[in-house]
Amino acid sequence: MRKFSIDFMKYRKKAILLSLVCMLLSIGLMLTRGLNLGIDFTGGNVVQVEFEQSPSIEDVRSVLSAVGQGNSIIQSYSDRGIIIRISANEESARKEAVDALRVKYTGMQVVRLEKVGPVVGAELRKEAMIALFLALAGILAYITVRFQFRFAVVSVAALVHDAVITLGIFSLTGMEISTPFIAAILTIVGYSLNDTIVILDRVRENWKNLRVQGIGELLNSSINQTLSRTINTSLTTLLPVIALFIWGGEVLRSFSFALLVGVLVGTYSSIFIASALLAEWWEKAPLRKS
Amino acid sequence: MLRRDRWRLGIVAMVVLAALVTVFPLSGKINLGLDLKGGAHIVLQAKETEENKVTEDSIERLLAVLRNRIDQYGVAEPVIQREGRDRVIVDLPGIQDPDAALELIGKTAQLEFRQVISATSPVPPGPQRQNYDSDEEFKKAQERWEAAKAEIDAGKENLARVGAGVEGSLVSRDDEGRHYLLGKTLVAGKDLVDAKTQYDNLGRAVVALTFSSGGAKLFDEATAANVGRQIAIVLDGIVISAPVVQERITGGNAQISGRFSPAEASRLSIMLRAGALPIAVDVIENRSVGPSLGEDSINSGIRAGLIGAALVFLFMLLYYRTLGLAADTALAVAILLVFAGLISLKATLTLPGIAGIVLTIGMAVDGNVLIYERMKEESLAGKTPLAAIDAGFKKALTTILDANITTLIAAAVLFYFGSGPVRGFAVTLSIGIVASVFCNVLVTRIILQHFMGRRSAAASLRTRS
Repeated sequence: MRKFSIDFMKYRKKAILLSLVCMLLSIGLMLTRGLNLGIDFTGGNVVQVEFEQSPSIEDVRSVLSAVGQGNSIIQSYSDRGIIIRISANEESARKEAVDALRVKYTGMQVVRLEKVGPVVGAELRKEAMIALFLALAGILAYITVRFQFRFAVVSVAALVHDAVITLGIFSLTGMEISTPFIAAILTIVGYSLNDTIVILDRVRENWKNLRVQGIGELLNSSINQTLSRTINTSLTTLLPVIALFIWGGEVLRSFSFALLVGVLVGTYSSIFIASALLAEWWEKAPLRKS
Repeated sequence: MLRRDRWRLGIVAMVVLAALVTVFPLSGKINLGLDLKGGAHIVLQAKETEENKVTEDSIERLLAVLRNRIDQYGVAEPVIQREGRDRVIVDLPGIQDPDAALELIGKTAQLEFRQVISATSPVPPGPQRQNYDSDEEFKKAQERWEAAKAEIDAGKENLARVGAGVEGSLVSRDDEGRHYLLGKTLVAGKDLVDAKTQYDNLGRAVVALTFSSGGAKLFDEATAANVGRQIAIVLDGIVISAPVVQERITGGNAQISGRFSPAEASRLSIMLRAGALPIAVDVIENRSVGPSLGEDSINSGIRAGLIGAALVFLFMLLYYRTLGLAADTALAVAILLVFAGLISLKATLTLPGIAGIVLTIGMAVDGNVLIYERMKEESLAGKTPLAAIDAGFKKALTTILDANITTLIAAAVLFYFGSGPVRGFAVTLSIGIVASVFCNVLVTRIILQHFMGRRSAAASLRTRS
């Protein structure tokens, strides 16, 4: 077997810089473009209808304009379905809109209908934040117990990095964020951590060579020893996620897109970011014993 | 064969057998969520008012009335449960018309008969442009209509002023824009014993009421005192109709004829029979999925799952050859275990739950990858193939556990905070993690040891190295 070895640590400053730039861009995007929050978080009405042959979005909009809902968000999928997000919060507005469409398109079927009140939306927003925070805290605690505190901090930093960049890409593409997205983010957190832990586990095993190798070389050899595993697992995880994204249907589209982005970013951050941060930290302030 | 190996084989055989018995035949065994089988998920919030506070008792009565209404409407296996202090969750599987269901459970249905003290005229329908020759005439007509409407609105304020001096009075309107000043309640919904949908001699749907003996007496007195005058039938504060009393009605029977469709009349009779809600409610969340979309979701989920699984199977086979075959077998067992777990935990499978299973397929082979890569390293480090296999399993175990426990932490948080579909995802993800660790560590090992023979596995290790 070829024994190849890539000097990842040589690129660590560049990697950290690149990630910082990406994170800043993501935060900038979120502040300027914002996120396309779904009704789960903002409250509102969504109606999904299907036709024999779906009419153009302009036609649907003109029908909706007649009942004062011309500023709805209208989105078509496959060749027979349309998803309408009505900006008004009232049940009656939705009913009027659906009735108007029924009059115009007799073969139309309402296949999904969602209404979330503004109170529920605000609660979900709060709960999502708490969930994310608790998951990170739990992970920090677990790694501190099983490894050491510094490992925990760099892993969580890598996770925050993954979450921020995934959010940034969602801001860029304008894809909708709904409650399954929170599930996706937490899964990414779990997955990316999985990757990081496999590398850190190897670092722990090689720790006895610290004196001889120095931190950079130690991290390098640990990453290289686990590299084919990291790549293979990313591939086997990506394959079903891609299948889900392409064939999983409209409702799961943004969910599987989040997973897709997350797995890619997560693999990168496990290889480059967590260990790069660990190396920097160690060189600035080495611990005497560990 | 070592004693420990025999133990392992026994455990795996038992688990797989139990799983097979649990899972097959598959049809109808898995609880499908509303997003897959179609139905409405509705969350109601009790509205507290000064005179009607939310109490334990009023919520209990609210649940009872809702249960009663839904039973009479005929929904199979509804779920009606309280959440928190003042919320009620209603799950109605298989509902075809979610709007009708909302009407049925969201309406208070407080029925009252009140004397009409005075009333304004109705607001005439607004002018339509096509009935006028020119824009100018249309504009004039519109102005006339505005003036008429303003006059009627002024009439309402007048009614309110008069009403302020009458005890128990109510200012109300009907759906033609007429305003009423009504006297105090003469008879109410609680005095009813039955309500039925009937058709009058013009074929219109009406609701026929039967009063209790006390109610019949009150109704008798009320009609006797108001012959030749109007009595208004008021539902949730809106006048449905205000017929003129022709004669005294003694039998305890009456009928309401509004402009009902048969479906509306039947809903109203159900609500009147089940009684009024003890406290008004707001619909704060409503998620309804039609059965056709649910079926589409299941189909696309299965398709994505099969394609994803096929790709992973293929990848493992191509990359690891014989070892890959062992990993694929372990993966198949893991998928079997996930379904067995879902069934025996009586968990609900939702659309994100299906996504969780698909994702598990990809992550499940991670354990195998870890073990195999470790084996290769050990073999490179100079160990004999057989020793390398043992060391691979031993050294990869802690890594596998550490890596999966953290994912379990995230899934547990999701389960705790998520609701409905998201919770379904947390469940399948957790079951998937446990099943795949079991399969990585035990099933793969058994296969390598007993069925393929260590030698062929070792050979495959050598060819890859």
